[in-house]
This record gives sequence, structure tokens and C-alpha cells, in this order.
Amino acid sequence: MMELLMASGIGVLTAAGVYLCLRSRTFDVVLGLTLLSYAVNLFIFSMGRLSVGKAPILRDGVPTTLEHYADPLPQALVLTAIVISFAMTAVLLVLALRARDTLGSDHVDGATRDDPGRKP
Amino acid sequence: MNLAPGSLLSHVAVLPIVLPLLAGAVLLLLGRRSERVAGITGAVNIVALLGIAATLLGVTSSDAVLVYQVGNWPAPWGITLVVDRLSALMLGVTAIVALASQLAALARNNPLTSRFPALLQFQLMGLNGAFLTGDLFNLFVFFEVLLVASYAMLLDGAWRTRLRAGLHYVTINLLGSALFLIAVSLLYGTVGTLNLADLAARIAALPAADLPLVHTAALLLLIVFGIKAAALPLGLWLPGTYGAAAAPTAALFAVMTKVGVYAIIRVHGGLFGAGAGELAGLMDRWLLPAGLATLALAALGTLAARDLRVMAAWLIVGSAGTLLATIGLGSEAATAAALFYLPHSTFSGAAMFLIVEWIAVERAHAAAARERYQIDAHVRLAGGAASGTAFFVAVLVAAGLPPGSGFIAKALVLDAATVDPATLAPVWIVVLLASLCTLVALVRAGSAVFWKPMALPALDDSTISRRGTSPGLVSAIALLLGAGIALVLLATGVHAFTSTAAHALGAS
Repeated sequence: MMELLMASGIGVLTAAGVYLCLRSRTFDVVLGLTLLSYAVNLFIFSMGRLSVGKAPILRDGVPTTLEHYADPLPQALVLTAIVISFAMTAVLLVLALRARDTLGSDHVDGATRDDPGRKP
Repeated sequence: MNLAPGSLLSHVAVLPIVLPLLAGAVLLLLGRRSERVAGITGAVNIVALLGIAATLLGVTSSDAVLVYQVGNWPAPWGITLVVDRLSALMLGVTAIVALASQLAALARNNPLTSRFPALLQFQLMGLNGAFLTGDLFNLFVFFEVLLVASYAMLLDGAWRTRLRAGLHYVTINLLGSALFLIAVSLLYGTVGTLNLADLAARIAALPAADLPLVHTAALLLLIVFGIKAAALPLGLWLPGTYGAAAAPTAALFAVMTKVGVYAIIRVHGGLFGAGAGELAGLMDRWLLPAGLATLALAALGTLAARDLRVMAAWLIVGSAGTLLATIGLGSEAATAAALFYLPHSTFSGAAMFLIVEWIAVERAHAAAARERYQIDAHVRLAGGAASGTAFFVAVLVAAGLPPGSGFIAKALVLDAATVDPATLAPVWIVVLLASLCTLVALVRAGSAVFWKPMALPALDDSTISRRGTSPGLVSAIALLLGAGIALVLLATGVHAFTSTAAHALGAS
């Protein structure tokens, strides 16, 4: 059950992210990339295998194999990935706001309604 | 052979990452006081990096592989840096191009801001880290470092004109990062390690049930590196982005497509080479057609380009296409040829961007002078002979005509394609026709720029300095063209070096 929930959650997030990325407004694209990064983070996390009630911290008297502990590496990787994707989303958001401000349009190609020929 | 971990020399391996990081932080502060001092300090630091790269080239050319465990954590768990011939070569090429970029940025009245020297150092940190790292996740991290620096560099200065290109560039690279992470975690989930040497050993002995997942991860990685290297269906962002960037930035970006090529050689060549069991050579089937198609499109792009900057950007795409096709041949001789072609194409691509900037500066200068003195429309360009000569040399090199390094590089590529009769015809036809198209496009552009009477150029381009040519820009161009000439003069030695490098890659 947990696997099904996790897998379909990642799938729905990815599908929504890809759909939003293909839209023509910068804000939609930013949201799409955010959803996509959530999906990716969950995916990395689940690559350490899903388990309940296992900590990645060594305890006395318990053999040090992955059967008794959660894999700490994907948790470290997902932290790095979260920080990086967070920073990148901030960069993109600033860029999108600036583009909206300067080009007078929130179209991804900077085209306005009066001037459809301005696409590159 | 591993050097003793305690010896001082073993710490040299980490310097190409640490030095730019420290220098970047200092330059950020220094740049507020004086842009010029910051630029010169940055250049000095890059010269130091060049010296380190030369040292590492010397160490690795005697069959040594420097392995540096950061913080002395043992191999599959800690952060590993590996210096072999390929990484040392990439470090050297990057340092030369970065030096040229920094020299060009020292030009007076430059549109770049005082942050440029610091951003250049951060970019160098990312590039060097990507070339040195021995595990896949740190490759991702260093990719992000170099990308975030490149976002800022692309928009530095006249950012208003580059917003659209910047938005596209950031978006496609974020998508690439997401795919990279999926591939990396997929590999970790199935194979259980991310250390490249460890991965190679485990992939060779993979149970059959895991093969499809690892295959998927490998092809996802190929897409990610294909985006960076601008391979055909993924590379259409490049001409717009590079064409919009300021000349020193675009020159440095010439290295960035090579990072994608390097990653394919390192990751796909290393993990899915001859010893990888069932998955051996899974990338060759995709690389050869994608590379040839990229090259063909780039040839048409150079013919169609109406702007010299965009034309130079298409040349970069073409060189990436040639490199990918050559790697796709899959033989050791082909990898050696690709490793020879790589520095040649980086130098000539970067030089072309700077020469175009030189021409633009001169034209703006001449037009301003004409407005002042009311000279008639048939005015000769002041100093056009020098920039014209530089353009001529760059054309010889880029199109692959005999005295240039491009001739030797392309001859090696064509020679590597003769081994397999199935690849002979497509590679020869596409590479030779693309060279012809490039030559026609460049010659046409050169005769239009230098021999036609100058039509009044639009003077509203704020990115052009109006005070004539600066020695920084000219010395940067001389450095890059000189590096190309050195490649020709030392061709035998360089080819022997790339051959042993390719052999070592194939054997590992």
C-alpha cells in the first residue's frame, strides 16, 4: 500500500510538472519545475527502499546491515537535491519576474499580444 | 600507481577546486573597490591554475593516476577526486580558455559588471570539479555550481537584452538537472553505489533482472549530457543563448558544451565500455546518428546565420556534433581522435566569439569616427587588416583547412571512421560536406564584412565599446589562436598523449 501511494504520488507530481512546464506562461513553468523537483526528491528518497520504524542511526547490539537500518545515503542526497532545487527555483522566479517587468509579458518567449512576431 | 597520500603533491589534486572558490570570494569584495584590480587578480589566479594543470599533465603522463580522498574518507563512501590524463587535459584546456575570457573582459568600456571576475572563478570551480570528481553525485553538484555561475554570467551586464535567452537556458537546464537526479538515484537504487570505479565493477556483474533499470538510467544520463553538449534534438537552446551572451562569456561557454562531451566519455565510456557485459556500448548506437545529425544541422545553421555571433554559436554546435559522432564510433582510435579534436574545437570556437567582438568594436569605432568627420560611405575600416587576418586564421582553423589544427583533428576523425566499413560512408560524407558548408558560410561572411563598403551599422547596441580595440581583447585572441598553432606544432606529442589517454580509458 505504501509503495502504491508513493509511486502514484511521484507519477502524478511528474505528470502535473511536465504539463505545467509545457505551458506558455512563465509562472506555470516555474510551478511545473517546482512540482517536478518534488517528484524527483521523493524518487531519490524512495530509492533507499521504503521502510517503517527504522532510523539511520547505529544502535548497540544491532548488526550493521541495511535490514536493520534505513539507508542514510539517499537521505543525504535528497537534502542536497532539495537545497539545490530550492535555490534554482528562486533564481528562475527572479528571472521570470524580471522578464515580466522588462519585456512587458509573462510569455516564455517574451512575446506580447500586440506583437506576435516577436518570437525568436 | 597511486601516490602516497601524505605527500604534498597529492594535495595538488584539490587545488583546482579550492583556489577558484577562495579567489571568487575575494574577488567579490575586491570588485567593489576596483574592477580592474579584480580582473587582473582573477587572471593571475587562472595563470596559477594553468600551472597546476601543467603539473598534473606532467604527473599523469607517466602513467600515474592521482586519487585524492577528500577528508581522508575511504573510497566508496567519501568524496573522491581522480586525476588521470583526460581530467588533466580538460583542466588545461579550461584554464587557457578562462584566461582568454578574463583578458577579453579587461577591455575598456566593457559592458560587463565588476562581478564578472568573481563569477568566472565560481564557474571555473564548477568546471574543474566536474572534471576531477570520481563519483556521479558530485558530478551533479559541480554541474549545478557551474550552471548557477553561468546563469549569472549570461545575464551579467546588459541583461535586459538577454532575459529571454536566459529564461530558456535556465529552464532547460533545470529540467536536465531533474533528469540527472532521477538517473543518479535509479543507479543507486539498483547498483548500490555512486562511485564511478565502484559502479563500473558492479555493472559488469549485474543480475539480469536489474539490467533494464540500469539501461534506463544510462539513457537518461545520455539525455542530460546531450542537453549540455547540445546534441541534436536537445541542443536548439544553444545558438540563441550563446549568440546573446557577451563575448568573454560566450568564449568561456565554449568549454561548457565540452563538459557534456567529457561526461559522456567519462560516465558512458567508463561504465558501459567494453567490460560492461550485456550493456557494453549501449550509447554508441545513439551517439553516432545524433552526432552526425547535429553536425549536419549546424552546417545549415552556419549557412543560414545572419549574425556573426549566431554563426559562431553554430560552429560550437557543429564541433559538439563531430565530437559526439566520433565518440560514437566506439573504438580507441576514435576516442583518441575526439580528445585531439576537443581542445582544437574549444580554442577555435572561443577565438571566433572574441574575433566577432573585435570586428563589432572596430565597426562601431569607424562608424562613430565617420559621423564625426562626415566621411563618405566607402570608408575603409580603421585597423581592419589586423582583425581581418585574425578572422582569416580562425576560418582556416574552424573549417579544417591544412595549416590549421582543424585539419589534423578532422583527418584523425576521418581515419578513425575507416576501421568499420559501415560507418565509413556516413561519417565521411557528413563531416566533409559540413566542412564545405562551414567554409562557404565563413568565407561569405568574411568577404561581406571585410570587402564590402561598410553600410552604416546600427549603433544602438549598448554592448559595444566605442573607444577602439583594447589590448586585452587582442591578447586573448592571440592566446587562443596561439594555442591552436601549438596544437599543430606539437601534434605528434598531443596525439600520443590522447592515444594513451584513450587506451587507459578503454582498459579501465
